[in-house]
Amino acid sequence: MSSAGKIAAEALAEPAVRVRTPRARTTTAYVRYGAGKVGGAVVSLLAVLVTGFFLFRLIPGDPVKTMTGGRPVSAEQLAAYRREFGLDLPLWQQFTDYCGKALTGDLGTSYQFHAPVVDKIGEALPNTLLLTGTAFVLYTALGILLGTRAAWRHGRLGDRLNTGLALTLYSVPSFWLGLLLIIVFSVGIGPIPGLFPTGGMESGGEEGFAYVLDVAHHLILPVVTLVSVEYGQTLLVTRSALLDEMGSDYLTTARAKGLRDDLVRRRHAVPNALLPTVTLVFVNLGRTVAGVILVETVFSWPGLGGLFYQALSVPDLPLVQGLFLFFAAAVIIMNTLADLAYPLLDPRVGR
Amino acid sequence: MTTGIPAPATGAGPRRLAWQRRRRSAVRFWAEYRTHRAGLVGLAALTLFALVALTAPLTVGSDVAGATDAPGQPMESPSGEFPLGTDRFGRDLLGLLVWGSRVSLLVGLLAAVLSVAIGALVGVTAGHFKGWYATVLMRVTDWFLVMPTLVLAIALATVLSRSLGTVILAIGVTSWPTTARLVRAQTLAVESRPYIERAKALGGGHGHIMSRHVLPNVMPLVLAQATLMVSSAILAEATLAFLGLGDPTVVSWGGLLQEAREAGAVSSGDWWYLVPPGIAIAAVALAFTLCGRAVESVLNPRLGVDR
Repeated sequence: MSSAGKIAAEALAEPAVRVRTPRARTTTAYVRYGAGKVGGAVVSLLAVLVTGFFLFRLIPGDPVKTMTGGRPVSAEQLAAYRREFGLDLPLWQQFTDYCGKALTGDLGTSYQFHAPVVDKIGEALPNTLLLTGTAFVLYTALGILLGTRAAWRHGRLGDRLNTGLALTLYSVPSFWLGLLLIIVFSVGIGPIPGLFPTGGMESGGEEGFAYVLDVAHHLILPVVTLVSVEYGQTLLVTRSALLDEMGSDYLTTARAKGLRDDLVRRRHAVPNALLPTVTLVFVNLGRTVAGVILVETVFSWPGLGGLFYQALSVPDLPLVQGLFLFFAAAVIIMNTLADLAYPLLDPRVGR
Repeated sequence: MTTGIPAPATGAGPRRLAWQRRRRSAVRFWAEYRTHRAGLVGLAALTLFALVALTAPLTVGSDVAGATDAPGQPMESPSGEFPLGTDRFGRDLLGLLVWGSRVSLLVGLLAAVLSVAIGALVGVTAGHFKGWYATVLMRVTDWFLVMPTLVLAIALATVLSRSLGTVILAIGVTSWPTTARLVRAQTLAVESRPYIERAKALGGGHGHIMSRHVLPNVMPLVLAQATLMVSSAILAEATLAFLGLGDPTVVSWGGLLQEAREAGAVSSGDWWYLVPPGIAIAAVALAFTLCGRAVESVLNPRLGVDR
């Protein structure tokens, strides 16, 4: 029964009692739902903070030895390093120091770049957002579009081809696809000339509109790589969500009303199938982060993923740790935002 | 899946009956599986890969990975002698590809087993014990579910020493939450059936109920999940090796790709160095996915044939 119907029934049963309006009721329900989600997210973020600390302090044995990377260092130097990174303090004090610093936005100093980790992240973030944002919009749209087509005509040739291609691309390592695209379209193979730059984000020396075009030119191959490895998942999720709706009575009703097949799909079936899809699109953001790390590495894109790879190869522990915290926090926050948006998409959630 | 028809028990012990029932359900499973063409293709591909990997000591031998006295010149294109060319040390790439299948498959399988074992343990206990234990466990699961798995695995592989064990551990402990959620849902469904109540009334303890009644019922699901997990574990292994976090002393497909990139195969357009390992990774991952999906749809008829 719909909420409005329920309230109407209550109003009939107890006409003397003044019922709250439906809007006020859904608002309180929404606030309670939202508070629960935000609370959960805060707990998750704290858990990330704790994991970040213990993962990078306890497991490496002696972090100072790891930092020096096996170079011969005198005992005095080791002691100096310990003091500098606060490793001579008792563990609980290290932990509180670390939490306090991390919460005020101080993630330590990268000893590869001799710059604060936060600054390095701040520099690289816009580039990653440009790449990821473009790819995210494209692969979600493509996945939902092809997924609904495949489900609507399931079992036919088009469905088989679409699903098969999606499964194949889903099994392809993103970095390998990127390398192949570089060989074919940047270096050039046989009759195909090198059409695109092999890496980086800009050729330099361009301004204004020419600069925008230049960046877009550099953006094409990385985005194509990301979209091809990620759209398969969205396609499969959309397809099975829509297949769940296919036999529903309300679709028969809509057809009985004489609606065109197209309208039944767009106005009736797809909106109902969209919620599980959107949920999974956001849960799978973690996978996208993995894709971004690899694609940025392969294409030398000056973003967070490329930075992560540079930090790994040293290994530059403060930078790895900072990026670990950042990636985890970003995915958790995005998921929470999606959770908060669901009740607006689908009134059944959060009641 | 073990709800077979009770056979006329003439002098057969309960153990023998159980075996008969299992054999019958295995036959039924195979008859059902055979109808999935994609699953059969996947199974055939897997058999082929398994044969190649198992016979590798006979066909190529471990000498193929030695960088000293390599048979060819560095970076030779494919020719009659070296069908896939040679790498930067002059080693035979076809031999390396065959030899590398051992590590890629081994790590994929072990990591998947570890991941699914953790997932099954968490799922069954979280479904069996209610209350705060289950709540805490599921919160942890949800946390792991949204965490970027690769970032966590990379962090683990960075701080631990470089070895195959580290790679298996890093993949296994980061990829279990999906299994845990599925198994918990199935456990809850199983535990609401009357025979669990009967077992409890007869004095069955927690361990008995979980291992004797719940586990056999969630096992098919766990197997399907394990098959699907192998393909993502193989991809994860290749990724870690490509990022330079694998064991540098062994040959694996991801490691071959990393070496190819370091040797400048990309800028010099040596596609023959890069293409075969990637195809091998994709083919194995796809084969496991196809098998897993076929097993899933056999065990869960609600999903329908064409899922």
